[in-house]
Amino acid sequence: MQCDRVADRLPQIVDGVERAAPEVRAHVETCLRCQAELVQYRKLLKALRQLRTDFLEPAPGTVTAILAQLEAAGERGAMRSLLTGHRAAYLGGIAAAATAAGAAGAIVLASRGRRKMRLAG
Amino acid sequence: MAPDMAELVIAAKAGDKQAFTQLVEATKADMYTLAYRLTGNAEDAQDVVQEAYIRAYKSLKRFRGDAKFTSWMYRITANCAKDQLVKGSRNRHDAIDETTEAVDERPGPEARLGTADERRVLAEALQSLSPDMRAVVVLRDVYDLPHDAIAAELGITEGAAKVRLHRARRKLRERLFPLRGEDDGREERARAV
Repeated sequence: MQCDRVADRLPQIVDGVERAAPEVRAHVETCLRCQAELVQYRKLLKALRQLRTDFLEPAPGTVTAILAQLEAAGERGAMRSLLTGHRAAYLGGIAAAATAAGAAGAIVLASRGRRKMRLAG
Repeated sequence: MAPDMAELVIAAKAGDKQAFTQLVEATKADMYTLAYRLTGNAEDAQDVVQEAYIRAYKSLKRFRGDAKFTSWMYRITANCAKDQLVKGSRNRHDAIDETTEAVDERPGPEARLGTADERRVLAEALQSLSPDMRAVVVLRDVYDLPHDAIAAELGITEGAAKVRLHRARRKLRERLFPLRGEDDGREERARAV
């Protein structure tokens, strides 16, 4: 196997998540250049993992700004639910009125029907 | 005594704003650092962190607690950073892809990685990558997020995330640990400057 083809695989297998194909492993075992390259990838990964313990501090007032935005978002949410609630009550009122009107109409029609039947009888 | 993160999460989910504030206090430097590494500048990082905590607060009830709060926040921060970079690229009218990668013509740091300023050199090398490549390598190799989570937050397939990761590792390795023959081109460029 050629070094170039193995070199393409090294960044994939360096962390051990993906298993190297047998022919890649066989090549690396006998090729000093590819072994050196793999060592360099391992050094890179180690250095990257160490960055995890480095912290930068955000600007002072970050927490205050976040809380202020949350408060503002909370107030907008409350306002929205209030408006939604009013709209629901309004639509509910219309629906109730329509239902009542429909029921009254049905009663009138039913009573007229009974009267016609009595006259015919 | 340091606050117990799991207890704070439970309290915050129950509506305790003070508990959420403590969660922000405990994790803000971590999230800001991630945001800075992904966006490459302090102003964007600040915006990303604020947006991330607001999104976290709104979706806190959906956080099941089977992952660590910090891992969950990493994902949200990564997603916000992606949105911020897209917004920035729209404003700049240039696309974020591998072709927009910054080209650093200075000589490589090579063996200086073993010295005291190793982390600064590495951080500079990360910033030389395109935002797409940088995001994947930072999330995977610095913050240890799984491939599927990275793909989900960046809106790409797992396969694409892996390809970007391998390219990014290769570029970093070539820049920071060049093998014999690999730094010839860089030396020529340095001489030309």
